Amino acid sequence: MAKGIWIIVEQTKLEIRKVSLELLSEARTIADKTGEPLVAVILGKGIADLAKTVAAYGADKVILVDDDKLADYTTGAYTSALNKIIRKEEPQAVLIGNTAIGKDLAPRLAHRLGVGMASDCTGMEYDEANFLKFRRPVYGGKAFSEVAANARPVLATIRPNTFPVAAADESRQAEVVNEAAEIDAADLRAIVKEIALVASARPELIEANVIISGGRGMKGPENYVILEACADVIGAAVGASRAAVDAGWIDQKFQVGQTGKTVSPTLYIACGISGAIQHLAGMGSSKVIVAINKDPEAYIFTLADYGIVGDLFEIVPLLTEEFKKLV
Amino acid sequence: MNIVVTLKQTFDTEAKIVIDGSGKIDAAGVNLVINPYDEFAVEEALKLKEKFGGEVTVVSLGGDKTESSIRTAMAMGADLGVLINDPSLENVDEWAAAEILAKAVAQIPYDLILAGRIAVDDGSSQVAVRMADALNLPSVSSILKLDIDGDKATVIREIDGGSETIELSIPAVLTAQKGLNEPRYPSMMGIMKAKKKELKVLTLADLGITAADVASKMTAPKFSLPTPRKAGKMIAGEPAEQAAELAKLLREEAKAI
Repeated sequence: MAKGIWIIVEQTKLEIRKVSLELLSEARTIADKTGEPLVAVILGKGIADLAKTVAAYGADKVILVDDDKLADYTTGAYTSALNKIIRKEEPQAVLIGNTAIGKDLAPRLAHRLGVGMASDCTGMEYDEANFLKFRRPVYGGKAFSEVAANARPVLATIRPNTFPVAAADESRQAEVVNEAAEIDAADLRAIVKEIALVASARPELIEANVIISGGRGMKGPENYVILEACADVIGAAVGASRAAVDAGWIDQKFQVGQTGKTVSPTLYIACGISGAIQHLAGMGSSKVIVAINKDPEAYIFTLADYGIVGDLFEIVPLLTEEFKKLV
Repeated sequence: MNIVVTLKQTFDTEAKIVIDGSGKIDAAGVNLVINPYDEFAVEEALKLKEKFGGEVTVVSLGGDKTESSIRTAMAMGADLGVLINDPSLENVDEWAAAEILAKAVAQIPYDLILAGRIAVDDGSSQVAVRMADALNLPSVSSILKLDIDGDKATVIREIDGGSETIELSIPAVLTAQKGLNEPRYPSMMGIMKAKKKELKVLTLADLGITAADVASKMTAPKFSLPTPRKAGKMIAGEPAEQAAELAKLLREEAKAI
């Protein structure tokens, strides 16, 4: 009996995150190939309406775990509830995005289940021997590791922007099941006191399709408005290199690289960034890389798809005007 | 307040990666350092020790060379070191590493366990959180700030799009994100003192387990090197021409806009 491929669907304020839709879309193709049902699991409070959406993106079955104690994510409560349901239903694989929640939840859940896990995967395919095999960057993207699990279920976190989102099919129907959240008292030792989300109309860095990033060449904090203006025309997120963060020009949460965020956008525009190996570790899996830099010898030009040797303070505003004509 | 820091020795982030004849990552000639995120954990432990007293013990799983990284942490100010070094260990996956570290940590009196949020070599970000589960302790990943008051910790954790404040009981496992602190450099005096500090080397037998008890849950990794990216098109001309040409290429050729 097929036990299914499970996607743990993340929502922020009752809006499903893009990475969850990416996982549903890709897992749908594996479900079709293997005959395994595709199951979306949603935890939270007041989440029933989200079932329709995940059905449209390919889920055969939706498991809703609706409980006050799950309103805000905590490691313990989510692990406790999922552990019990997974032990009962015995899925083949449990996948979640490599997000702040996914990175924290998946290892704890994997250990509770006593199973293996593949982290931050940028590839996944059906494998006859082990059901799924995963490809993941290691050593900051300087090598790849291919792994699979010896037993089921296997857990994995998948890097956002690895898979495209398929078109929604609103006519798709899914079986919807409500599961009670059984949470052990020992798993309620951490309480969320406050969540501070930065109000921004720009996409979240790790999920953004386009990122425009500024480094040492930005020369000062006041100049990021140039990148922001460009970002807002094309719906991009703004990023930064470590040099700019360490100089205090921009908050650390915008840092892309080995000690910052790992991103994988369709388009990464590097402005005034030389391309240190630690920066490449965070953006090397971008599909298209553009470099704008005054220094023709900057390392970033050796791997950029498009390069402009020039003054970013001249080029970027002109580029913003060109983008305005296109969008 | 006694604090355990779990530490991993990793390649320097500048290291060139080479795959040897047996398909493994070649460590020959590579500069080995404390995983950068674990340095934040060591620093935070030392700051807490300065405030509350107690001992800081560094625990690591690795080979003979790992001793140098434990000594570096001791030169920063850690008091004791434990290295689990067992030749029977091969293909230690995250599950196994967490089980082994948990067994070693359980032998040490602790009020708090700190670790880095991710190791820059395998980048799996699993072991500390798994260890928390093995020890039945609460855990918070990726912390930016830590305050301890009695048996309560208040932490700020980085989340996507912001941060959150979490209150939890200790003992607990907390993993350090960049921004938590600025790690100190070892002083000359610290380096001298570190040579005399106790570094216990343990085998699996010392922890009462066998290699079979910690058999990997994952297949041995198959490594490959990425196809290097090649330099693409350089766009020449006056700034206005360059900008127009780039926008056109991004739309028509790369289809990225």
